[in-house]
Amino acid sequence: MQLDEFFVTGEPLIYAGMVAIVLVTSAIIFLLTYFKKWQWLWREWLTTVDHKKIGIMYILSALAMLFRAGMDALMMRTQLAFPDMNFLNAQHYNEVFTTHGTIMIIFMAMPFLIGLMNIVVPLQIGARDFAFPFVNALSFWSFFFGALLFNISFVIGGSPDAGWTSYTPLSGAAMSPGPGQNFYLLALQLSGIGTLATGINLMVTIIKMRAPGMTLFKMPIFTWSTLITSFIIVFAFPILTIALALLTIDRIFGSQFFTVTGEGLPMMWANLFWMWGHPEVYIVILPAFGIFSEVISTFAKKRLFGYNVMVWSIILIAGLSFLVWVHHFFTMGAGAFVNSVFSISTMAIAVPTGVKIFNWLATLYKSKIQMTTAMMWALAFIPSFVIGGVTGVMLGMAAADYQFHNSYFLIAHFHYVLIAGTVFACFAGLVYWYPKMFGHKLNERIGKWSFWLFVIGFHVCFFPQYFLGLDGMPRRVFHIIPEWMPLNQIATVGAFVMGIGFAVFVFNIYYSYRHSEREKTGDPWDGRTLEWATPTPVPHYNFAIVPHVESHDAHWDMKQKDKTIYNESKLEPIHMPNSTGQPFIMMAILFFASFALVFEWIWLAVAGLIGALVMMGIRSFDYDEGHHVEVDEIKQTERSARRL
Amino acid sequence: MLLSGCSELTVLDPKGPVGESQKDLILYSLVFMMGIVVVVFSLFAFMVIKYRDKPNRKENDYKPDLHGNRTLEIIWTIIPVMIVTALSIPTVSTLFDLEKPPESSNDQEPLVIYATSADWKWFFSYPEQGIETVNYLHIPTNRAIEFRLSSADSMASLWIPALGGQKYNMTGMETILYLQADEPGIYDGRNSNFNGEGFARQTFKVHAENSAEFQNWVASIQNEAPELTQNQYDSLLKPGLEGKMAFSSTHLAWVDHGTNEGRDYSVVRHWDAFGELLHLENGENHEHK
Amino acid sequence: MNADGSNAKPLEYQTKEGQLNILGFWIFLAAEIVLFSTLFATYAVLFNRTADAPPPAELFEPGTVLVMTFILLTSSFTCGIAIHGMRRGSVKGLMTWLIITLILGLSFLGFEIYEFVHYAGEGATLQSSAFWSAFYILAGTHGVHVTLGIGWATLLLVQLAQRGITSVTSRKVFIIGLYWHFLDVIWIFIFTGVYLIGMVV
Repeated sequence: MQLDEFFVTGEPLIYAGMVAIVLVTSAIIFLLTYFKKWQWLWREWLTTVDHKKIGIMYILSALAMLFRAGMDALMMRTQLAFPDMNFLNAQHYNEVFTTHGTIMIIFMAMPFLIGLMNIVVPLQIGARDFAFPFVNALSFWSFFFGALLFNISFVIGGSPDAGWTSYTPLSGAAMSPGPGQNFYLLALQLSGIGTLATGINLMVTIIKMRAPGMTLFKMPIFTWSTLITSFIIVFAFPILTIALALLTIDRIFGSQFFTVTGEGLPMMWANLFWMWGHPEVYIVILPAFGIFSEVISTFAKKRLFGYNVMVWSIILIAGLSFLVWVHHFFTMGAGAFVNSVFSISTMAIAVPTGVKIFNWLATLYKSKIQMTTAMMWALAFIPSFVIGGVTGVMLGMAAADYQFHNSYFLIAHFHYVLIAGTVFACFAGLVYWYPKMFGHKLNERIGKWSFWLFVIGFHVCFFPQYFLGLDGMPRRVFHIIPEWMPLNQIATVGAFVMGIGFAVFVFNIYYSYRHSEREKTGDPWDGRTLEWATPTPVPHYNFAIVPHVESHDAHWDMKQKDKTIYNESKLEPIHMPNSTGQPFIMMAILFFASFALVFEWIWLAVAGLIGALVMMGIRSFDYDEGHHVEVDEIKQTERSARRL
Repeated sequence: MLLSGCSELTVLDPKGPVGESQKDLILYSLVFMMGIVVVVFSLFAFMVIKYRDKPNRKENDYKPDLHGNRTLEIIWTIIPVMIVTALSIPTVSTLFDLEKPPESSNDQEPLVIYATSADWKWFFSYPEQGIETVNYLHIPTNRAIEFRLSSADSMASLWIPALGGQKYNMTGMETILYLQADEPGIYDGRNSNFNGEGFARQTFKVHAENSAEFQNWVASIQNEAPELTQNQYDSLLKPGLEGKMAFSSTHLAWVDHGTNEGRDYSVVRHWDAFGELLHLENGENHEHK
Repeated sequence: MNADGSNAKPLEYQTKEGQLNILGFWIFLAAEIVLFSTLFATYAVLFNRTADAPPPAELFEPGTVLVMTFILLTSSFTCGIAIHGMRRGSVKGLMTWLIITLILGLSFLGFEIYEFVHYAGEGATLQSSAFWSAFYILAGTHGVHVTLGIGWATLLLVQLAQRGITSVTSRKVFIIGLYWHFLDVIWIFIFTGVYLIGMVV
């Protein structure tokens, strides 16, 4: 292989990207060396098994991915602003929309939410860590290296270009030779390991490690949504694992699952992909529902309306999410009967979702709404998501879908649910739990600027796209016709306003780090659930004494009764796991194995795989029992954290 | 104003019975959706304005422990169920109708056209007339067209939004799509399913004309256009862009890509060509038509 | 369960960590069931799509497959005896029966490799058609699981030799027992769903 086949050449934008990568990497290396932070990085972050630190790493990575895929989006919107635009050629545009979609779903939305779950769930249930802290670190590094593998494709080897759905036969060896699609398959496979492990980890954590007294129906609603999400992960991700594996084997070892030759069945990919893919969209929306429920009830100063119904509707939505996958390809010609069945099951999801909307509205009834930034994100979700939801029902009507399918109507719909649902929730959750994570609030005034810019930009960007779809504009075209220009230009303006909103949000992180008042109480929002009972900064063992829970909104309840969870006389030594570099190393090895497989260097890949197995063997012989935090140390930590 | 604006949108201004039934369904559902939006938005505005934490709020206006109301919850479960039911019935009946040729032209047999997609062009074969066109289509008005869809390679989707919804073209299988034009005119047709570099250019024009004009056109192709040879067809299949062409014979004589035998016809012939880039740019070499 | 009644739970369940691990593994097995179900579904969909390769009925040999089934079922039984030995607190019994289990597993793998080589010689390879791809990947995934199980159990044997039966080693052995029985169940489905149906249809 020649060097110019290995690196992507001939694209000015990509050369600029390479220069940027080299500069940023050198700057990071220089800074770490100059400030002598290498050891700190290894000791405090790369080897940590603390769920709070892992959560922070998830969220930072997800923000970086949001930036990257957001840049992709702006590039696309620039290209579509004028009919004669030649900013991106066809091939480059195809790569950009592929990476935009894949990164946003797999490497932004999911890790962002998993990051929040990491930080919040153990605190909400009164646990000291995950059930399997080692596995949790492993999950993070598998996501991290998966994302790294996916992202380097744009400078090394070439990006995948078959869409985030990667439909066969287009994505097969015959029609997409070269490493691009392999990057997609192996990066998703690598990060999928971590997602599945996180699903199992969270399930066991929530089922087994709740504080005494916290029955299932006294759990905070975010924890509930996490539990259900974990179920979906466990039952949906193996389908993706297989689909990816089969396509990888097709491409690299010449099997005939999805091929046009050898009686393969390309359409089976669409089925497998969406049997995972539809539950996947609920993996990213149910936790969002949980976050909104927490934020709304906190800032409405009121109990969540219809808690039990909220829980059951999440469960119902999760169940239905496995029964609707065909609605992604009504146009495949499966016949009127099949389409009718899936049409009805799809529309049925609107029922529990509608119930949830009404419950949120009822939570606001006779409440005292505090217009904080987090609350504004949550409130903006309701009307925006309703627009996305009702157009979703329209798409679910199969006969009408024949006209909506593959058009911008669909694009508008899923951005309305995924941005107004998932992205708003990520922002709401981050703003809401930020003081718990970093010990200070994000600045409210700048936060509101970023909120208004982003929300207005969002509607300006995506509302016109419904009409573009009805005017026959298909998705994934790299140029427009003059009739579509006005609405496209409006959309492009909106996209850039969203971009500014995101920039302001990031600036706010820096500004608040410098100027925000430091947190003293650990309960800045007058919160309702147990995470607010811990001091800030949260000690690495979370709870000095495991709290006893009597109702949901456990912390609210304690505050009413003037109780605290801390009692110095009852302290006992706490058992905690040790930090370990094994997860990082194991996943780094798998990363190199995957990278080798992308270029079909089989023996190098096998060597990497053996390396990973050796690491597992080492882990098997690792009888590290962890350590105990002694009472004196706990006392000291708690006194300084609680300012006693 | 909104309505007049909407009526210019292609999908809401259909030129045939299939698109008409889909437009009716869309507008019917839109009524319900607007209703939902109005109700939710009003409730939302009411709650957010009324229950903001203002200094002079009355104490009895704040009920922090209000946490449920069985009756209300049942009501707002039943209403969505009713809406979904109201939407399901016409959806299902339209679905079954779309599997048959439109009723308005029941007096005639549908015109059969094989629409075959190949990276990134369209072949339209008229077996009864013995003609084939590339990248454009002529159809008679007021007569159902039975499209037999298949693909020589990647998956495509035949979509003529002015006439009605789409269906996939897949290699090795045949799907059937009925469309009909009632108004003469020239309509945009395209592949709407992403299938690689030349995807955006896989478009064609549909010339809908009355029966006599259509017959004249057919006769002129039969008389004037050259015969399609297998060699020429094979080279046309090579991934790339092509202009408009017409032939006085069809490729169905040697391959039907919609059958199991025809599924890998193109891929085995052009295996290496799929990996080559066209370096397709937007700009002068392309007219927006 | 124990005779003295002082401790109702088996050793592997006595620590919190043990309970968490075992529950986690059960959930992992649930994910594995989905994984194999997807492979079975793939196989069913691609059934008969043999293209130019020979059909399964021509190649499948009832004799070999019956022997393989018998070997794997027996290994599940010996694995159960091993766990029973562990409950009795006998390291020697546990290790002996575990080794027997592994030998049976290895001979199962030997037959499977022989079978694959034989089919490939007859012109049915991974590449020859959709059906054969599905067959090799379904049976092969099971085979890879067996291989990993053997490697894993070997590591445990070393640990048992070093440490004897503790709450940690007993938990590990119990979990690999679950894994081994699970693979046996999957094989039953492969035996009936793939081989028996393949020979008849």
